[in-house]
This record gives sequence, C-alpha cells and structure tokens, in this order.
Amino acid sequence: MIVPLGHVLILAGLLFVAGLAGVLLRRNLIMILIGVEIMLNAVSLTLVGASAYWRHPDGQLFALLLMAVAAAEVTVALALVIYLKRSRGTLDVNRFDGMKG
Amino acid sequence: MVTVLFYTLAAITLATTVLCLTRNNPVHAVLYLVQALFALALLYFMLGAPLLAAWQVILYAGAIMVLFLFVIMLFEPPVADKRTSGRLTHWFFPVMLGGLLLACGGALIAMDPAAKASLSSYWLTPRDYGRALFERYALAVEIISLILLFAAVGAFHLGRRYRSTTKEDVS
Repeated sequence: MIVPLGHVLILAGLLFVAGLAGVLLRRNLIMILIGVEIMLNAVSLTLVGASAYWRHPDGQLFALLLMAVAAAEVTVALALVIYLKRSRGTLDVNRFDGMKG
Repeated sequence: MVTVLFYTLAAITLATTVLCLTRNNPVHAVLYLVQALFALALLYFMLGAPLLAAWQVILYAGAIMVLFLFVIMLFEPPVADKRTSGRLTHWFFPVMLGGLLLACGGALIAMDPAAKASLSSYWLTPRDYGRALFERYALAVEIISLILLFAAVGAFHLGRRYRSTTKEDVS
C-alpha cells in the first residue's frame, strides 16, 4: 500500500460531502436515510485509515462500534418511516411540517 | 499495482455513491449503495482490516441494506419522488456549503505533513482484533448491545399497528 494518508482522507471527505448533499437536497425520507448511511461510511473509512497510519487497532475497533450504532439507527429510523407513511400517507419531508403526532 | 487498485476502487466508490444519490427509484439507489459498500469493503481489506471488510459485506450490505429494501417494498404503490428539488435556489446553498467544507478539509490535508506519509496496510488478524476488542473495550461492547436492544424495542413499539385506544375497545 503506497497511498498517502491524505488521499484516503480526501476520498472520505468526498464521500461525506456527497452524503451531506444527498441529505440536504433529496426530499424523500428514504433517500435522506441513505445519505446518512453514506456519511457514516465515510467516517468509518477515515477510522480505518487512521488505524493504518498509527499502527494501532483502535480505529478498526471503533469502526465496528460505528457499524453497530448505524444498525440501531437504521432500525429506529425505518420504523419511523413506516409509522409516518401510515399516518401521513407520504414520505415527502416537506409535508411533515406539524408538531402534532 | 496496489496503488492503481486503490484509485480504481476509490473511483468506483465515488461513482456509485453519486449514482445512488441521484436515482429517483429508491430500489435502484439501494442497489448502487450496496455496490459502493462492496468497494469500500475492498478498501478496508487493502488497508489491513479483513474482519471489518467481512462485516461490511455481512452486516451493512447483507443486513442493513436488505432492511432498507424490505421497507421500500412494503409500500404500495412503490415510492418514487418525481420532484427532487429541481429549483436552482435549492441547490445553491448545499453545493456552496459542501464545496466550502471540502475546500477547508482539502487545505488542512494539504498543509499537514503527516498526510503525505505513505500508508502501509496495518494487518489486524481476527485473533488480535478480538483480543483488543474484548480486553480493553468490553464495556463498550456491552453498551452497544444495550443500544441494539433499545433500538429493537423502539422499532417494535413504533411499528405496531395500534387499534383505537378507547375504553370500550380495550375491555
């Protein structure tokens, strides 16, 4: 592996910004969740790169914990998606403008 | 050779991510995201994390993305948003924000001498991985398992189909 650390970081940054743009631009709730997933993966790539840079296992360990947290987040978020689809009949986030449940 | 492989995988990851975020059909988006996750798993493998690469495929592509597909296919008719912020004013601020963020990050990386240090893969075998995880971070594993339990209970509560909760109905 002869890649500089900076290139791994730049790749992770590009992925993160792509996910952020997806979160900000898409109006479908499922696409917003997919954007969040992409951002989490970018962070995970950074952690693995840092683990290789410092020759230390902590980065890879934390990437696994991040994966578990992402699984928990997706579970709750998709349950909310189903709930919202049932109660409002749409997934367009522009239509979710009331506080009443 | 390895360097070429890295840049190829990086290009695949970026291209599939952009394709994923620009699809109108969520099913196509999820399938592109699965491909991006596979490319990322190969990158993890190259950086010396074989166990993490396996989990990326099993957990992320296998479990989380299938959960996404289940939820998308639950909806009838299938969801597809025609209107994805076509107006220019919607695009202006996110693109400016993202560009600024990238510019700042890129400048920081360019200034940092450590970023030019070439990486060699730090190979962590599953044995070393397990030792490091359960010797030093056993508490973190417990907390994560509790978080997963809470998430499962919360998902069950939210996904339940409540009937009307009036007194007559209950009794």
